[in-house]
Amino acid sequence: MTALDQYIRLMRENRQALDANAFPAVNARRNRAAEALELAGRLPVRSDEGYEKTSIEEMFAPDFAVNVNRMNITVDVAKSFRCDVPNISTLLAVVVNDRFVPTSTLLKNLPEGVTVCSLREAPAHVLDSSTTDTATLFNDLLLQDGVYIHIAKGVKVDRPIQLVDIFSCQAPMLAARRVVVEAENGAEVSILKCDHTQTSSVAFASSEVIEIRVGKSARVDWYDIEESTPQTSRWCRWNCRQEEESQLNICVATLTNGSTRNEYNIAVEGDRCQTRLSGMAVGSNTQHIDNSSYLTHTGDRGHSNQLFKYVLDDNASGAFEGCIEVAHNARFNEAYQSNRNILASKGARMHTKPQLLIYNDDVKCSHGASTGQLDEDALFYMQTRGIPREEARKMLMQAFMVEVVDNVRLTVLRDRLRHMLEMRFSGDCADSTCSSCKKKD
Amino acid sequence: MSDEILLEVKNLRAKVEDKEILKGINLTIRPGEVHAIMGPNGSGKSTFSSVLAGNPAFTVTDGSATLHGVDLLSLSPEDRSHEGLFLSFQYPVEIPGVSMVNFMRAAVNAKRQYFHEPPMSASDFLKLMRQKRAVVELDNKLASRSVNEGFSGGEKKRNEIFQMAVLEPRLAILDETDSGLDIDALRIVAGGVNKLKTDRNATIVITHYQRLLDYIKPDFVHVLYKGRIVRTGGPELALELEERGYDWIKEEEDAKLNQES
Repeated sequence: MTALDQYIRLMRENRQALDANAFPAVNARRNRAAEALELAGRLPVRSDEGYEKTSIEEMFAPDFAVNVNRMNITVDVAKSFRCDVPNISTLLAVVVNDRFVPTSTLLKNLPEGVTVCSLREAPAHVLDSSTTDTATLFNDLLLQDGVYIHIAKGVKVDRPIQLVDIFSCQAPMLAARRVVVEAENGAEVSILKCDHTQTSSVAFASSEVIEIRVGKSARVDWYDIEESTPQTSRWCRWNCRQEEESQLNICVATLTNGSTRNEYNIAVEGDRCQTRLSGMAVGSNTQHIDNSSYLTHTGDRGHSNQLFKYVLDDNASGAFEGCIEVAHNARFNEAYQSNRNILASKGARMHTKPQLLIYNDDVKCSHGASTGQLDEDALFYMQTRGIPREEARKMLMQAFMVEVVDNVRLTVLRDRLRHMLEMRFSGDCADSTCSSCKKKD
Repeated sequence: MSDEILLEVKNLRAKVEDKEILKGINLTIRPGEVHAIMGPNGSGKSTFSSVLAGNPAFTVTDGSATLHGVDLLSLSPEDRSHEGLFLSFQYPVEIPGVSMVNFMRAAVNAKRQYFHEPPMSASDFLKLMRQKRAVVELDNKLASRSVNEGFSGGEKKRNEIFQMAVLEPRLAILDETDSGLDIDALRIVAGGVNKLKTDRNATIVITHYQRLLDYIKPDFVHVLYKGRIVRTGGPELALELEERGYDWIKEEEDAKLNQES
């Protein structure tokens, strides 16, 4: 039996409970999802184009349970989250496994024109029915709850909205998570999502789909930080659409994890849009990080920039596949893509596949990838100044990521991320519990 | 000058890949002395400084080098630094993303840790930086930039002497510090080196030209050729080289080598 069969069967056998505890819009999609997935007969494996380095089948093969009956699992939110990104005044909501839990401060402080609620309370039409990719179909199969964020026309939210995803359970579990963001015309919002695993001895898998619609002249910043455990698998998909003159800035950091596959599908439909997609991955031990992007320009005069950087140590492995497509009628677009990587050990591996598909003559596009080692001259220089080699290595690895960190628009978050990187490279969160947590325990 | 020996190099031989570059160097330096090492291109001057600093690209095949009695060759580059060796690079390395402040803080605190001292407080550190910057008139703005990134040639060399001022080495090796400097920068850099001179420390100046030695007065001048020190004299030797070039030394030495073989 394939991993896919296992979940389709689970869905069919528990259909009543699943539907009873979910919202109607997704229930209506389960059959379509199951049928479409059954055509392939399995989840993507390495022989499928685009998944050459990551087998989703393998990631989801263990017998993960799904909490169809919505058993209430409570977690000490403060414990998981305080260590991550403190000192930022955010509008905080928590997703425990797959259940949306608003905090009292969130509900009290939501500015006018801003909605952050469970998908069950969202209007039925918000799920994008046009998406038919495997990651979204799989998510449709098992989804019960999610988060809906709506920013009304012209509303500029000055405090970031923060979602903390926490895995906490005594048995292996799969959680289907969905976030739908709608920024109406002229709205501006920054969203920070942090993925955590609290029970480090248990295996978890997440199927995440994030749908973002950026309205005319609106701006959405999405920051995503994963600090999970070696036993956590994540398959995360962004489906984004940009209307004219909108700005979308996505920055995703994988600091600690088990196996992660991030897929970014960005449709730049309007004219004069700006898009910035950046990612950084820090891998050690046997961490695996795969980022795959597909950015389509169908509007005119857009400007997009993709930057992905990896530092891989020990036996960590990384993959990057990125594609820019400029459609036939899309004129005067500028689209850039860069993937740069450092292999800090002999055992680390990186695979990269940058691509361009250009169907219009009037473009400025570039793409490139490089993979190398730490600069020996710089290491020696630092050593002659008394900096021990190991520390010099960490400083160089951290320095390599500065370019990505600088893409974070929020100053507090940028400083915090820099600090988290420092902690990460100094080994303080090697097993994904950061040092302030350890002290508390 | 004293009887104490600061650096003692005996029959030092080193190779890069399979090519022997240093073929038995002997050199003794006492506290308070300034030694100039001159020589034609490819004679091994920079290799000598790299080997003393511990550059892993070179392999020492024979001989010894001690700094105030400590066996240098058995130490890592960082520990050689802690023991008091400083190398000013001919081509200082640019390190994008590492700020000068973080770089220097790491260096200062690593040395303190080596001597079992607690890290320096932030205010003391900033005071130290301010004080030492003045030695070479280094602009405060450079301190917030990445190490050597976008620095002009002169700024890079001044930055080297600034680091030397902070680390207070017992023995400083200035490898072609004059290359790429205009007259004003040369004066500032040399002035910095002279300010840092005490009767406890010593300096090796590696240079092609006499010019730098007008500013940093050597006590001894050595000529390196084909991996050996072939002449040693006082400052007048440098003047003679300036006038006559290296060819006469090359001819004499090559003749000697031919006789031997």
